[in-house]
Amino acid sequence: MFEFINTLLIGITSGAIYSLMALALVLVWRSTRVVNFAQAGQALASTYFGFEAMKHIDNFWIALLIAMIGGAILAAFIEMVFMRLLLKHTSSGAIASVAPIIATLGLLEVIRALITLKWGGADVLIKAPLSNTGFSIGTHTLVFSPMKLAIIAVVVFLLSILSILFQKTNIGLSLRASAFSPELARLAGIRVDLVRTFGWALSGATGAVAGMLLVVNGNGSLSPASIEFSLLLISGFIAAVVGGLDSLLGTVIGGMILGLSTAFVLMYISDSLFFIAPFIILLLALIIRPQGILGKKGGRRA
Amino acid sequence: MTLIVNNLNVHHGAIAAISDVTFTVPQGELTAVIGSNGAGKSTLLRALSGLKGATSGNATWKEHNLLKGSAEIHVRHGISHVSEGMSVIPELTVEENLDLGAIWRRNKSEAQSSKREVFALFPRLEERRKQSTATLSGGERQMLAIGRALMSKPELLLLDEPSLGLAPLLVKQIFEAISNISKQFGLSVVLVEQNAMSALQIAHSGVVLNLGRVVAAGKAQELISDPAVRAAYLGY
Repeated sequence: MFEFINTLLIGITSGAIYSLMALALVLVWRSTRVVNFAQAGQALASTYFGFEAMKHIDNFWIALLIAMIGGAILAAFIEMVFMRLLLKHTSSGAIASVAPIIATLGLLEVIRALITLKWGGADVLIKAPLSNTGFSIGTHTLVFSPMKLAIIAVVVFLLSILSILFQKTNIGLSLRASAFSPELARLAGIRVDLVRTFGWALSGATGAVAGMLLVVNGNGSLSPASIEFSLLLISGFIAAVVGGLDSLLGTVIGGMILGLSTAFVLMYISDSLFFIAPFIILLLALIIRPQGILGKKGGRRA
Repeated sequence: MTLIVNNLNVHHGAIAAISDVTFTVPQGELTAVIGSNGAGKSTLLRALSGLKGATSGNATWKEHNLLKGSAEIHVRHGISHVSEGMSVIPELTVEENLDLGAIWRRNKSEAQSSKREVFALFPRLEERRKQSTATLSGGERQMLAIGRALMSKPELLLLDEPSLGLAPLLVKQIFEAISNISKQFGLSVVLVEQNAMSALQIAHSGVVLNLGRVVAAGKAQELISDPAVRAAYLGY
């Protein structure tokens, strides 16, 4: 029972981080129909921005804010000077569906190389603001720690803010209208170009939070070749697909399914299955519910 | 305040979709643009609303050059375009679709009063304001599309085949609504229709397009009684 609760809490924590990454990918997908593999690189770069900030002000939460702003600016920059041009020149023909994928893959490597150039290839450390020693219940010590609790709180807070932004504000309505029907959005007077850039910026900020939280959820180390960030991209992508590539709620459900199942596989089945568990979930999802948990059958491709 | 279209040419790649089209719409009048499928009717509206670039010619509205600038700018000059085939976003609620039409307006209390006007015109939309647009019938969606256009406080309404896919009784209702709206708000309307007879009956004037060229134009009543137009477009 004790072990079960422990696993559950660990799964929820990683699920929360995956949800954020999934949301970052969904925001870009919805605004420009691009599967953004560079998202892992952007999150990595943003986390290095946070690391740099912590050198000057020893406060993780302010560094998190700076990482978000840096991530937003980086994403907006990529959209404006790179993707806009690319999508314009490759909008038709066989290349149209492949070009953005190859381009973002290339961008991922470019960002990695630039990070190595600036910060070197060795591990750097980001100090967690809260204890990573688990809570104790009687004589038992949980793996679930104050830091993990704070991670869940940050994700819940961020998701609530984004949910209000999407559902209750004119900015949210512009984002949704531009995603579902760019032409009608334009006819309603929305500057779809600007809204797209904003969607990317929002995605960059969300990815930055995922990156910063990922590092302090682990052992605090960060490197350009980080396997954790590659896994974060894959997990986020799978969570987004499982959730239906469409809604905020879908990405949270997708993230939780992924976080919980990998945690339970790790605890109860085998260490060696840890890396393939996400892919098994992806295959099952694509075979059983290709439209995603919340996606509508036969509906518009999200 | 008149819509003046002069020698307008629009191309799809190398193919001419609209050739030397000239017509005017006086303020508060309704002009029907009729013609068969592929005559270039939708392209004409898309060029006027800024969705499609023109090759040459002029189109002005209130001294505003319609061939410069794009759709998101034109709507701020009082031009609302209801594009072909239920111009609504099914993923949004009824009320969100309406709010979308007024999203660029700074004065929110004016936007609220526009919404009350739309609800007065189409009470059905008010009953269903919180519902998903996907649950609406074809006729209700067309009402919503027109309602969304009215939320932008238009002075010139560009309507593309509002009768498309509707049952005959609903077609009649929609045309009546369009005629009433034009009178009530003093709107100029360009109504593109395959349903030529119904469109001409509520119009002041008409333009007949064939393969992108104007083949007949004049007062609606004259076109209805013109033997050539009757034979080719009115079916008798």
